[in-house]
Formats: sequence, C-alpha cells, structure tokens
Amino acid sequence: MQRSVMTLGTVEVEVHEQGSGKPILFLHGASGFNPAEPHVPLIAESRRLLCPSHPGFGRSALPDWIDNVDDVAHLYLDLMDRCGFDTVDIIGCSMGGWIAAEMLTKAPERFSKAVLVGPVGIKIGPADKLDIPDIYVMPPSEVPKLIYHEPARFPFDPAALSDEQLTIMMRNKESTALYVWEPYMHNPKLLHRLYRVTSPTLFVRGASDGLVSADYVDGYAGLIKGAKVVTIPEAGHVPHVEQPAVFAKTVLEFLS
Amino acid sequence: MQAWHFTETAYPYLPPADSYPSIRVTLPNKHYDPHKGAALYDRYLMEWQIAEEEGLNLMLNEHHQTATCVDPAAPLMLAALARLTSKARLLILGNPAANRRQPVRIAEEMAMIDILSKGRLEVGFVRGVPYEISPANSNPVRMNERFWEAINLVVKAWTNHDGPVSHEGRFFHHRNINIWPRVYQTPHPPMWISTTSASGARQVGEKGYVQATFLTGFGETRKIYEAYRAGWRAAGRGQDVPIDRLAYCAIVYVGKTEEEAYRGAEKLLWYVTANKVAPQFVNPPGYVPVAANVAMLRGATHPLSEFAKSASVEAAIKAGFLMAGTPEQVYQQIKRHYQYVGGYGHLLIMGQAGFLDHEDTVEGIRNFAREVYPRLQAEFPDTTISGQFGDVPPEPPKDYLIERPASSEAPVTLDERPMTPLGVARGA
Repeated sequence: MQRSVMTLGTVEVEVHEQGSGKPILFLHGASGFNPAEPHVPLIAESRRLLCPSHPGFGRSALPDWIDNVDDVAHLYLDLMDRCGFDTVDIIGCSMGGWIAAEMLTKAPERFSKAVLVGPVGIKIGPADKLDIPDIYVMPPSEVPKLIYHEPARFPFDPAALSDEQLTIMMRNKESTALYVWEPYMHNPKLLHRLYRVTSPTLFVRGASDGLVSADYVDGYAGLIKGAKVVTIPEAGHVPHVEQPAVFAKTVLEFLS
Repeated sequence: MQAWHFTETAYPYLPPADSYPSIRVTLPNKHYDPHKGAALYDRYLMEWQIAEEEGLNLMLNEHHQTATCVDPAAPLMLAALARLTSKARLLILGNPAANRRQPVRIAEEMAMIDILSKGRLEVGFVRGVPYEISPANSNPVRMNERFWEAINLVVKAWTNHDGPVSHEGRFFHHRNINIWPRVYQTPHPPMWISTTSASGARQVGEKGYVQATFLTGFGETRKIYEAYRAGWRAAGRGQDVPIDRLAYCAIVYVGKTEEEAYRGAEKLLWYVTANKVAPQFVNPPGYVPVAANVAMLRGATHPLSEFAKSASVEAAIKAGFLMAGTPEQVYQQIKRHYQYVGGYGHLLIMGQAGFLDHEDTVEGIRNFAREVYPRLQAEFPDTTISGQFGDVPPEPPKDYLIERPASSEAPVTLDERPMTPLGVARGA
C-alpha cells in the first residue's frame, strides 16, 4: 500500500491507500490499521481503499486536545474535503465503526453507503450491565477469546516483533484507552442522533464475536432506517481478518 | 531528622490467598467483618496516638477496594486524628489528585483539617498506584497532566483570599472558587509528592515540594534524590537543597533483641508479600510510557517482583527498604542508607502491617522512639544540606536487584512494592 501523511488542522494523519475507482474510507478498530491484513487486496482490487490511522494510532500524531471519538469524526470529514470527495462509501470496524457512525450523523449526505463491522459507540442495555464486556478488568488471556473465533491462529509473540512494531502496538493500546475509557465504549448522545443517517447501512457481525453481541448489533441497526444485518460464520470481532474472502465479497456486493 | 509512624490500616483476616485472584479491586467485601474492622480502626488510631506520645509525627495514606489499606477516604481518618492528637504533625500521603473529580473539594477537605488540627497538616499528593485506576474509573491516559493541573488548582484555591477566582483548564473547570475555611498555615500547608521515578522526582524538585520515595533501597533512592536536586537547581531555587525536602519510606522494626526484631519484621513484610494483584490491574494502558511497556514486553520488570518470591528479612535489610534489629543495628542500617543516598530529612516508618499485633506494634514504636530516634535527630539535624555522601561504598551492596531474564512471563508493577506472583502469595 502507498503511505502518505496528511496534515488536517493541527494533526498529522498517516493514510494508507491502494486501488482505484470509487473511494472507500476504511476506519480501523482498536488494534490499528495493518496494511498486511488479508482483506486489503481483495477490496482494493475493484475500489480505491483509503485507510487513515486514527490520531494516536500507527504513526499518526496525537495532539493534546484530542481525546474522544467525536474529535476523530470531525477530522475525517476534513480528510474527505481535502481529498475532494463529495461522497464516499465508508467501512468502520469496532471503534472505527463508532467513528463512522458519528460521521454519518454529522454529514449524512456525504456517504453513499456504510458498512459497520462489529461497531461499538452506543449504550442501549440496562444501566447495571455493560453493553460491551469490560476488556480492562478481565485477565488479559481472556481478551483474544472474545476477539477471535479461533484465537490459536493469532498468537502474540513479542520476540517475533520489532521494537517499532511493539511500540505501535503499545501506543495503539494506550490511545484506545484514551478514547473508550469513559463512558465505556460509547457516546451517550450518538443513539439519539442516528435517526439522521440516510445512507443504506449494513451491519456485519462475526458469529463468534464476544465483544459485540447479536442483540447489540440488532439494536444498533434498529436505530438506522432500513439498515440490514449480516452475520459471518466462523469469525469473531474481526471478521475481515478471520474470514477475509467472505468479508470482502459481502462488503463489495453491498457497496456495488 | 523527623520520623513518621505509618500504617496502611490493613484488614488482614482474609481467606487463603490462593482462593482469590486479587487482593485489590475485586476481592468481595463479604470478607470484611464490620465488627473486626471497627476494632481494627480503634487499634490503629490508638497506635497513632501512642506514636504521638512517643514524639513521632503521623502519616496515613489512601487506597480503594483493597484489604491492604482500608482507608478509602483518608481525609476522614485524618479529621479523626486531628482531634485525637495535639502535637504531632499529620501527613496525608496522599491525596490521589488524578483520580479525584473535583480538586477544589480536596482543597476544602485539607483546609478543614488544617483548621481542626490548628496548623499541623502536611498535604501529600500521589498519582496513585495502577490498581487505583479501576476503582476510580479514572482514565489512565494523561494521568500525569491531570495530576499536576489538579495540584495547581488546589494551591490556587488555598492561596486566594479575595473572593471568587476561576479556572478553565484542560481537565478541570470552576467558575467560582472561594473556599471556606481558608487554610490555617501561611501561605498553605507544606506539600509533599511521592514518586518512585527519577523523571517524576525532577518535576517535584522544580516545584520545591517535599519528595517522598517508598522502598526504593540504595541505588534507586540515590538516583531519585539526585534528580530532585537537579530539578530544584534547574528551577533556580539555589544550589543548596535543604534536607527537609527529601523523605524515605522504609519498613522499620526495632526490638530489644535481634530475634525479637526479626520476628516483628517478618510480620511487617506482609506489606510487601500480600500484595497479590491480578495482571489486568497492574499496568493499565497509558499508566507508564509506551517505551516502558515495550521494555516490559522485552522482559524488564520491577526489581521488587523478584524479591517477593523469596522475601526474607535479611534480603530486605540488605536491599535497604527494611531496617530491623536492635537499636544499635537499626541506627547503623539507617545511617548507612542515609549516607549512601545523600541524606533525607524525613523517615516514613511503616511500623505496622498485616498481622503485627498491637503489643508488638507498640513495642516497635517505643523501641524506635526511645532508643534510635534521639540518635538520628542528633546525628542528622534538620538544618543539613542534602546531597552529602558519607564514607560509604560508591555502589550499593549486591542484592536481589537483578534483571529478569527476557523469557520470564511474570507480571510487573510500577508500584512502590511488588505484586506477588500469582498463586504464591504468602499471607495468613
């Protein structure tokens, strides 16, 4: 992928790009954007795929004033202006889905279609039960079991990673905490704003997703007129990583 | 030298350590018997009063959701002490400023206690150990920035006397700050900060607040104090750093005989060894810098984690965070440490912990206060300039401070004390 750095206001944002055709803005989740992920070539085959790293992720800067997802949503609307995109299709995964949902409520006319993959961002359940399990109070060894259908395929071995890779990984973790800590994984306002979304919207959920439940996704979809839900079997919270072919086919068919 | 009696007011009557994953954050409070707890409060307050009678100053601290320190609202305990005592200086070390939502409330609480104690208050601030993050629901990222803004806001609230002032900062917003009562001392009570890192100590030195460090032994303590002095000088506070700007917290037990002292010290080591913490609470994202997290993934660890595996009185003495023995032995241990690190004006004494019972606690307090403290006060006057090194070896003694092998998977902590490796916690 081609990597460039764009300065949006005061923020230097790294953007990975590949392919040509109608642009798709791809917003990564908490683990950051990895250009080596297998869905990239499958989507970039037929579309222009733009993947910014959120402030504080990858090699994107994190100015002091940025501390919530809303900030990032504003930044990416600016990114669209700077790229000269009147409209784009947008894909957002997990926390990236939250950012995408914020963008959809702010400027609904700028999006042709939207795909939200295991998105977080709203709170619809009761006050005494977390909608999204608290990844910060469970033993670290439990987290991969919620993220992956088959965690054994994704071992974490620091010895196999360079210092730079580990630095990015640790920075991504830190930035995730900054964005999702409180209110946990949601913006209380977002659910009240989702009525504004006008683009056809597809929710994608891995059948084994341990973080984002089927009820949560159904509830989320119910807040956007005409939204549909698709479940990808044998995938957890990152279906684009675990089932890239099915994921790419599902997404491209919807966007075409 | 000033000495301070300190207890964490622990609740030690716990089920076997292997029956729970963490003494912090998640241990159900069904294990807390309110009747036993009330008796413990009576006892701990009485020990502070005895320490005052013996001429010591008093210190307390605050932790949350833990049996290791059942004082989640330290200003309340301090208010009680303000009325139960009349001479001793009272140190809270400290207010977890980055985890409190309203720093102006801290300013008010401290002002009340300063008045209640007629100016005997010393106000410490702590960033808080990582396992305080979850109980406070506090964001671990940018904690340091929040911490310093909170402290500056407290000082602003204390030192303004002409009607409301405002604060519109990065983390805190107040439009009408005008606290009643104002503080008793002028311009405000002495301020302390605890940090166990050199970079933190430099910042504290720049501000000129008292720097306390906990259980950091020989080498680390020396580095921390050097950093403090560098910060002090860089901020234009002068070449000489007064000794009363530096404090060291050690576990101390003085017995009539070495055997008696070691028995007491062994019980005090509960403070170090009972700190069994589940790994998810030890290092929340953002608590330490990214580079430190990378180093940990490469195998770096807190040196005290090694110690906790095979804690012994001898090793802890050698490492310089436990002073135990006869009065003469303890005096020599403190002197050696003092001279190696360049001196300190305050010795914070962890004089009660875990299962050290009332009689033994009082015995330790009295033996220290009567047999050791007068010698320390004579030998190390409060007017000394810090940074003078005695006739001691340039390197700390070889001790347990070893690098963890890169392959080790043991969890790490940046607390002042180690987390006991899971499953091997010692206890009752």
